[in-house]
Amino acid sequence: MARLPDTYPIIRDVGLTAKLISFSDHFSESANRAALAYRAALKAQAVEGIIEAAATLASVFVRFDPLILSHDTLHSHLSAVLDSADWFTAPLPAGRKLWCIPTVIGGKHGPQFIEAAQAAGRDPDAARQDIAGARIRVLALGFAPGQPYMGQLSPAWDIPRMTQLNPQVPGASLVVAIRQLIIFAGPAPTGWRHIGQTAFNCFRPNSDTPVALTPGDEVTFRGITDDELDHIRATDPSGNGGATFEALP
Amino acid sequence: MSRALIIHRCGPGTTVQDMGRPGHLEQGLSVGGAADITALHEGAALLGQPASTAALELASLGGIFEATADTRIALTGAPMPATIAGDPVAWNASHMLHRGQRLTLGNATRGNYSYLHLGGGIATDLFLGSRSVHLVAHIGSPVADGDTLPLGMDAGTATGQTLDTTDRFSGATIRIIPSVQTIRFDANTLSRLETTNFTRDPRGNRMGARMSFDGAPFAAEGQLNILSEMVVPGDIQVTGDGTPFVLLGECQTTGGYPRIGTVIPPDIALVAQARAGDPLQFQFITRDQALAIHKAHLSQLAGLPGNTRALIRNPHDIRDLLSYQLISGAIAGTEETS
Repeated sequence: MARLPDTYPIIRDVGLTAKLISFSDHFSESANRAALAYRAALKAQAVEGIIEAAATLASVFVRFDPLILSHDTLHSHLSAVLDSADWFTAPLPAGRKLWCIPTVIGGKHGPQFIEAAQAAGRDPDAARQDIAGARIRVLALGFAPGQPYMGQLSPAWDIPRMTQLNPQVPGASLVVAIRQLIIFAGPAPTGWRHIGQTAFNCFRPNSDTPVALTPGDEVTFRGITDDELDHIRATDPSGNGGATFEALP
Repeated sequence: MSRALIIHRCGPGTTVQDMGRPGHLEQGLSVGGAADITALHEGAALLGQPASTAALELASLGGIFEATADTRIALTGAPMPATIAGDPVAWNASHMLHRGQRLTLGNATRGNYSYLHLGGGIATDLFLGSRSVHLVAHIGSPVADGDTLPLGMDAGTATGQTLDTTDRFSGATIRIIPSVQTIRFDANTLSRLETTNFTRDPRGNRMGARMSFDGAPFAAEGQLNILSEMVVPGDIQVTGDGTPFVLLGECQTTGGYPRIGTVIPPDIALVAQARAGDPLQFQFITRDQALAIHKAHLSQLAGLPGNTRALIRNPHDIRDLLSYQLISGAIAGTEETS
């Protein structure tokens, strides 16, 4: 068996036209910070042949045209940028937002909230406060357009995904697992526990800005009642679901 | 009345497609676009228009179409029996569909994805630079019986053109290169990937194609502990039960399954076009070989517009042969040549 990579960051090929720069083989705040900062640094330097650079949980994906930019040249460039800073402690990129998203936690809109709280070893009130009081980062968007993976919650929330899938959670629902929260872009099956409901539309195909969130943005949740959720749904056509945001310094 | 295509009848997977929306992976949106990009290039070449022109993609099932004005069309991709006003017309060719005439397409005889190209292209609204319907992302929706699709202005006039095409509709040997987790599979497993006779499993769509095979699962080390990262069309994910699954244009943007290899870009259409039961084999090649093939393929696509030629109709197929002016226009032999 070939030797597995044991030192990160590492640069690997993804097929013929992309490379992946991985900062860790497991999730951590610092690896996500590194991915976000490194991706911003790449974007700041226009290199002919790089078509797209995208950050995910702990890696950066670079798509390029190998007929314009050779694999070796790109590899050297990516290595040089890696060596130019300590990305694990780098400041997060500029231009981020702090969101406040109204959310019903538990009850009929969060049918697995109690079960999730139990899995986390928290009583329901403490669990509700954990979610409502959290300030977490959009770690990556994926699975569906605009769908945010947000974290990290406190270590108690390192609860596994369920082996039996939820057949379907509603669009804009809030789900939890592995110290992360997701607002689902649309109705979908999932192994994450369904603990709440927002009116936040992750993907708006009829909008000029179809994806509101950007990796690196920070998010807080404002607890609301079922009635408030209905009111927001009826009165906010923007897709923000009553959410507000401010620029982060 | 503005130019439009009327869909009298079509199958459920009929969608408007172009080259898709590259560049939005970080927002969680995969490229999408035509399942067989080569067929898009071929249709565009036949009509003398840009390869980015939107066409109608038909998923195995044909349909009945009509244009509100005389409209040039081209037919490419998975071959379907085709008639205009009841007369058989050639596949891989361009034709004139006169106003009010019906174009009838039967079900694909081989392959999965057929394309109806229209002079001027389909002129539905652009979203993020593309007209492609992306079913997984809920961008647009399939066309349905009774729909009309707006058509753009057509600057061209030529019809009756054909071109030679590669056969990509019956399975093939798919060339692959190593991917991010290839080294997580042992040598024996990698060897088995190349020697196994796969067939395309019925489970598959524009997101990806599952492989069917006899034999042991393709297990990787640390199978369940891969952090989600970007995946791309062509990646061969090995799902939890050890089955290779080739990602296609509408795949999710991220995935946590190990990738045993990646199909080189020119061969992705071969996987997309293989229908259930068609044989598929995988063959590792080197990155340099893949680059050479990729380059040659792009150059072949770029050369398509220069490779069209007049369609020679078999006189036996021309029902109204005697109505044709067979003589006029021929040269007298006394013209000056210059």
